[in-house]
Amino acid sequence: MSTLHLATQALEIGAAIGTAPLFVGWVNQCRAWLQNRRAPSLLLPYRGIRKLFHKDAVLAERASALFRVTPYMVFGAMVLVAAIIPSMGTRLPLTIAADSIALVGLLATARMFMSLAAMDIGTAFGTLGARREMMVGFLAEPALLMVIFVAALISQTTSLAAIAEHLSSQRLALYPSLAFTAVAFTLVLLAENARIPVDNPATHLELTMIHEAMLLEYSARHLALLEWAAALKLFNYACIGIALFVPWGVATGSQGPAGLLVSVPALALKLAAAGAGLALIETVSAKLRVFRAPELMATAFLFAVLGLLVHLLLGA
Amino acid sequence: MPKTPLDGALVLIAAWGVIGLAGLLRPHSVRFVGRVLFPLSALCGLALAVVAARGVAAPAGHALLVVGLPDLPIHLRCDALACLFLLVLGAATAGISLFAGGYFRQGHGAAPGLLCLQYHMFLASMGCVLLADDAYAFMVAWESMALSSYFLVTTQHRLAEIRRAGFLYLLIAHLGAIAILLSFGVLQGGSWRFTFDSMRAAHLSAPWATVAFMLALLGFGAKAGLVPLHVWLPEAHPAAPSPVSALMSGVMLKTAVYGMLRVSFDLLGSPPWWWGLIALGAGLGSAFYGVIFSAVQTDMKRLLAWSSIENLGIIFAGLGLSIVFSGFRMGALAALALIAALYHCLNHAFMKSLLFLGTGAVLHATGERNLGRLGGLMRRMPWVAWLTLIGALAIAGLPPLNGFVSEWLLLQAFLFAGDVPRAFVDMLLPVGAAIVALCTALAGYAMVKFYGVIFLGQPREPALAEAEDAGLLERAGLVWLAAGCVALGVLPVQVIGMLDTVSRALLGTTLAAPAAHWWLLAPAAARGASYGPLVFLLVAALVIVLTLLAVRLLYHRRVRRAPPWDCGYVRLDARMQDSAEGFGQPIRHIFQPFFLIRRELPSAFDRLPRYHMEVGDRIWRYAYEPVGQLVRRVADLVAVLQQGRISTYLMYSFVTLLVLLGVVL
Repeated sequence: MSTLHLATQALEIGAAIGTAPLFVGWVNQCRAWLQNRRAPSLLLPYRGIRKLFHKDAVLAERASALFRVTPYMVFGAMVLVAAIIPSMGTRLPLTIAADSIALVGLLATARMFMSLAAMDIGTAFGTLGARREMMVGFLAEPALLMVIFVAALISQTTSLAAIAEHLSSQRLALYPSLAFTAVAFTLVLLAENARIPVDNPATHLELTMIHEAMLLEYSARHLALLEWAAALKLFNYACIGIALFVPWGVATGSQGPAGLLVSVPALALKLAAAGAGLALIETVSAKLRVFRAPELMATAFLFAVLGLLVHLLLGA
Repeated sequence: MPKTPLDGALVLIAAWGVIGLAGLLRPHSVRFVGRVLFPLSALCGLALAVVAARGVAAPAGHALLVVGLPDLPIHLRCDALACLFLLVLGAATAGISLFAGGYFRQGHGAAPGLLCLQYHMFLASMGCVLLADDAYAFMVAWESMALSSYFLVTTQHRLAEIRRAGFLYLLIAHLGAIAILLSFGVLQGGSWRFTFDSMRAAHLSAPWATVAFMLALLGFGAKAGLVPLHVWLPEAHPAAPSPVSALMSGVMLKTAVYGMLRVSFDLLGSPPWWWGLIALGAGLGSAFYGVIFSAVQTDMKRLLAWSSIENLGIIFAGLGLSIVFSGFRMGALAALALIAALYHCLNHAFMKSLLFLGTGAVLHATGERNLGRLGGLMRRMPWVAWLTLIGALAIAGLPPLNGFVSEWLLLQAFLFAGDVPRAFVDMLLPVGAAIVALCTALAGYAMVKFYGVIFLGQPREPALAEAEDAGLLERAGLVWLAAGCVALGVLPVQVIGMLDTVSRALLGTTLAAPAAHWWLLAPAAARGASYGPLVFLLVAALVIVLTLLAVRLLYHRRVRRAPPWDCGYVRLDARMQDSAEGFGQPIRHIFQPFFLIRRELPSAFDRLPRYHMEVGDRIWRYAYEPVGQLVRRVADLVAVLQQGRISTYLMYSFVTLLVLLGVVL
């Protein structure tokens, strides 16, 4: 474990925490352009978070300690996820502690804490949000695992860093299995990050919301942490997608510090493209009824299984 | 001082027997039974766990007890496999008995002393099942296990519902026992000697070996609650007092796994791969069926009982996978799958016992099992709530707790099956991994429901505001089990080292790379897959603490308490929360074809609108009920003969004699 690897690790965590709100701002800006609105500032998410941190926290009288620790738990889980994803370099000291299955487990931990905290106050919206979140979650989690399994089978390892290293060292070729799983992954990303076909990040219409319903009782620093964690989650998902499907340019360790000179701008470009694509999907699709969300997730799951079977049949 | 693990285990099992009998000295004294005998029993459990843990690596010990029928001495044997399950028994019992010491009180049906006797007979018979080395001893122990637990299940025999649950339990237990008996009958292979040694030596032809395996799967599957033989489990486990439910779910179900392992790997030798496929299918089917039913239950103990079906399903899936791999001579993978199954046995013993005891504490404090009448207990019962949270997170398979470790191992085994010679098996296995992933995610759903409805939110009944936290002994039991969940999750390498020994004894193969470091789990190191839960936990804790400090130092820690906001609605009450039925609604909606749903909806003009819904089991309705009716009809036909008059019966005898004379002459 060299200094370079440690530095890469620190840089990755710092960059994820620092630029996640920027990524959200970028998606919002793209969406505004596509929808012919005047775009808000790129830095708006930062301002929102800062404002929230300065406010006094208002807690419901019944709130238990679980309610108060959840924002820190969720934020911590998201930071840890960011630390294991090989977004800039693949030689990360922390990746040996957690492979891709543990990564999915971490995301599930965050989801479970979130849902439990939402049930803590005992409001109608909180439990409703928790129930819907778990519903989307139990369908999205196996789909995400299947997506990762396909990549794991191709590169014969479940370590995300090793997968990215293996895939980026391949010649540019079309893996039909990865094409299927990329579709599945996109659907999972939309559902897990409360984006449009499943949930709407901009709405507070109670009957349709999922993620926002769980946050209703939070305020000030707790809300700020949860908003930040949500931004980190979106950032992380984008980075997982990049690591699995377009890993080219990532520093694999053989190039030394020069590798980072390539990988950091490459990551920025890929994220910009991913954000624009996400905004495009959200603009052209309509929100589904909550009942239909399971069908979408089942589609994602089947796409991932199809990708798996294609891989096993064609070996590609 | 006993020399070998076998002697030690025998002494401790005998000690359990003595403790049970001592309960009869002062059967009505809660103080004597609860404060003296049960803690002693917990101590014996702990000692048994220590003895067994040290015995795993020791060579197998034999003994011959010259008691019982003439010419039929009891053969005992204590090898690595038996030691491992003795460890499960001892370690889980240590926590459960401690808890039971505070749990059994006056007015719980039978006298405490009597319960103590039955409880310890149950423990001792489970110990004997694990040590038995001939079919007679095994069956006697197996049956006394079923009978003693039957009496414990029917503790509150005045309730018709509980008598019915007990009857169903006894019925299926005996069907299972018959299947096991027949299986042993086939296994002796014509030698007519029923020691396990002669069964190992017997060479069965392939069809007879298959018959023996299928009968064993049927018999042990009935005990483990594999679908479709699961119907007794969600009835019997909730009916028993909570420590007994914990013992039954946490430990007794594992004896079925033990029996299955003993028969398929030890007595039958080298099972062909397609047996494994059957066990794998049965396991995955049970896991899925169990978890969807668990998510729609409204009774907290039934929810946990269905969840046990799921977990045993996952264990059998691991066992089946191991048979598949060993059938294909893929040693390291077979060891990996077996270790995943064994690890899950250990995990489940801890986490399910913890959860059942948690429900016991809730039941004691509130008198309610129905989720619809609980809620908000976290504030009144913080000890129980926080400790149960550990169990709930563990059983949902979340890192860094123990449930995740076995899930991780099992998924690794599924994923790296790559070189299986049969193409269709190769295709099926990753789909199996998908089912395991789905079941784990659904278990998370069920656990959020379980935990959220009981402990979080507002109390749904006014009486809940007076609920009291568990007593000292109860807390100690819960703490022991919760600590086990954390330790098994954080230090898997040490445990796997022990399981590897069992795998060597059973399969003759071990993991490719058992341990890279003491903190890093990397069973397939060449593949680059590793998991270091301790590092994981430390980094997570570090990040969380740093965030907390940063927020406090950079900003402020001011907090104001106010009524809940709820989008500005002020007249919030407890009935606006999701009920247990409501929380299960998405599952009912998505998996509708699996359920038998009966709904009564109020009409628009009802003065007192009532909504009622029941979720039934299709297997019960379409498989068991017709058989039950058939039996009743046959019984009715036979009843025509029964007139209840002596003269009629004498006439039957006379006619029979005449007919026989006619045949003879």
